[in-house]
Amino acid sequence: MNASQLAITLIWVLLYVYSVLGSIDFGAGFWAMVYGKPESEPNRVANLFLSPSWKVTNVFLVLLVVALVGFFPHAAYMLGTILLLPAGLVLILLAIRSTFMVFAYSVSGSFAGTLRIVSGLTGLLIPALLLSVLPISLGGFVSMADGYPQLHFGRLLLSGTEYAHIGFGLATELFLSALFLASYAEESGREGAYLFYRKASLWLGPVTLVTAVITTLTFVPEASWILPNLQRAAPYFSLSVAAFVAGYSALWWKGRGGRTGRPKAAVLLIALQYGLAVFAYGAAHMPYIVYPFLSVEEGFTNTAMFRQLLIGYGICLFLLVPVFIWFWRLFFRDPAYLAKD
Amino acid sequence: MDSVVWSRALFGTSMAFHIIFATLGVGLPLMILLAELLYQKTKDPDYERMAKRWTKAFGILLGVGIPSGTIVGVLISLLFPGFMEIVGQVIALPFQIEIWAFFLEALFMTIYVYAAGRLRPSLRIASLALVAFGALMSAVLITAAQAWMNTPTGFRMVNGQVTDVNPWKAFFNPAFPYSASHVGISAFLTGAFAVVSAGAYMLLKPGGSEKERAYHAKGLRLALATGAIFAVLTAVNGHGVAQALARHNPEKLAAAEALFETRSHAPLTLMGIADPDTQTVRYAIEIPGALSFLATNRFDGVVKGLNEVPREDWPPLYTHTLFNGMVMIGGFLILVPLGVWLYKRYRRKELPRWLLYVCLLSGPLAMLGIEMGWIFSCSGRQPWTIYHVQRTSEAATRTGNVGSLFLLFSALYLFLFVATGVVMYLYFRSHPVSKEWPLPVEREGEVQS
Repeated sequence: MNASQLAITLIWVLLYVYSVLGSIDFGAGFWAMVYGKPESEPNRVANLFLSPSWKVTNVFLVLLVVALVGFFPHAAYMLGTILLLPAGLVLILLAIRSTFMVFAYSVSGSFAGTLRIVSGLTGLLIPALLLSVLPISLGGFVSMADGYPQLHFGRLLLSGTEYAHIGFGLATELFLSALFLASYAEESGREGAYLFYRKASLWLGPVTLVTAVITTLTFVPEASWILPNLQRAAPYFSLSVAAFVAGYSALWWKGRGGRTGRPKAAVLLIALQYGLAVFAYGAAHMPYIVYPFLSVEEGFTNTAMFRQLLIGYGICLFLLVPVFIWFWRLFFRDPAYLAKD
Repeated sequence: MDSVVWSRALFGTSMAFHIIFATLGVGLPLMILLAELLYQKTKDPDYERMAKRWTKAFGILLGVGIPSGTIVGVLISLLFPGFMEIVGQVIALPFQIEIWAFFLEALFMTIYVYAAGRLRPSLRIASLALVAFGALMSAVLITAAQAWMNTPTGFRMVNGQVTDVNPWKAFFNPAFPYSASHVGISAFLTGAFAVVSAGAYMLLKPGGSEKERAYHAKGLRLALATGAIFAVLTAVNGHGVAQALARHNPEKLAAAEALFETRSHAPLTLMGIADPDTQTVRYAIEIPGALSFLATNRFDGVVKGLNEVPREDWPPLYTHTLFNGMVMIGGFLILVPLGVWLYKRYRRKELPRWLLYVCLLSGPLAMLGIEMGWIFSCSGRQPWTIYHVQRTSEAATRTGNVGSLFLLFSALYLFLFVATGVVMYLYFRSHPVSKEWPLPVEREGEVQS
């Protein structure tokens, strides 16, 4: 593996981490909206999770963008140009989602209810829109004029593959968040919420798989280059499906205190499923960042910068890992926090 | 307008909006930390209440500051892809490390807000100190990149290609120490005066018990004392920044001071309107020799004028007004705490309403000074995005639609600006400090910040 391949692997890892964290975050916001009454258990669990986590999740999004620019500055040029409109819209939605969520808990009355609904709905749309980046990167929606890239946003909005990707994004977001919240509810001992989120996971799980398959069937002709690559990655996709089957079945395993389901095992196995799928997809996407205009090699930074970036990431990560662990224990394990009403 | 102008308008507006929250995001944690420390020292529960209420305000501001920070972080790549291509190759480090400082701030802020009850006082204070440290580091690191745009080092351009990259040399560029300290200190200044304003507002409100007034007066005193220290530090440090400008970006200082001809015994020009055609400044007050002295520490020091560079490379001359405005606000902010202190010293009474109105004004003025300083720093660098390396016209996107995005984002900012004010007002109206005697049980698990 050469330096640029190492760098793109790192980007895919960050993308994977954010896609899971972001799905859970925005999905939890949606579930909190669906069960709007603060006294209902599912709402309580979603908010208990969201309060301490949304800021940190948001930082991961910035980390992904900044790392991409840092490791692939020449890609930044092209991606910045073609993603102006879709990314600009995501940013507006993100601003509305986060501010309204915070505002909703600082004011009272029906005004807060409205804020919560807007926040939940905008949050629902964000991961779906973020997935639009994938069809764009596969080709068919970008053209070059005088060496200057241009996105055909209208064509994208009229294409079936865009909506298949959005559908897959929505299904993933709702599935991952429901599954995680089931586990969080179990940890905090809220039986009603656990049953609700388990049930949601049960029907959403297969939906994600179906939408994923549909998405691969809708690729535009320009994106057909990736199909043989995807076939070559079939072993990894098979492992991924196996992880899904195992994770899904964990929802029926005999759990703590005679409960049906082992949600924590399910979360880990489904995370593994997505990890394998992202890895296989990322490998199939090689050597392009944006087909056919930009390859990983062309986008890559210089080696001096690459080395310093790796050192910087290593040191910062080393310093922050204990904080992340402490954070995890304070808000995801400590019964004193989880039992709060 | 072409897409270059639209891009500048959109990014400038985004920065102008974000800078309000970013500055308070650096300044307020220090105030909260001071209140916590005073509480631990004096055991006066008023200070604990103060820390808590300021944290709530900070939480609401963070709710806007985090998304607005995300917006500028992403928008800069979208609007100035040509710039980011060079940035990524040369000055990526501060951006990358900044993210980790951001993590530090977000993690410890959450810990401080949602786990305060479960932490020992020492850990609570350590968490808060790390919030303040993370926020300050974020500002310092971003400023490293901004300073590099003014004094780009650590690489060579050969035929339009970046070579010989030295990331750390770029990081520690000549302007970095001056710009970073200026941004950090002035953010503490602004945070303190924002609290001064809030305290003055509460004291000006009719009604309120003796106890409430005593509480707000205590907060006002703490904020004024902090503000006084940072106002003086900002002035001292600002002098260093101006001297660095004379060394590294002479045309920027020349535009700031509306000096057309290179000369010794250069006068300091206060106010007035610079006219590029007659090369004079109308309605200005001139202090002979003062500019030479400020820039070089000698009255006969030579200061470069605008005519050293071709006319098309001149920064816009309105930077003269911005620079003056910033400096005058800085001076005013030294006078406010001084005035209050003198009044207390010689009249020994409660502050009169007019002086409270002056205090009320100081917070928004400090913020205006920050805005003027940033606009000065970035428009004073024009027509360059990277000084003498890349022009803004080469850096900006050529995509259409920037104009419509500008309108969308401007509407968003306007709305959020008003909404933040309304939410602050509603929250503190329904949670007056009088309701906090005795301290209520903390409610965790709500999205509060």
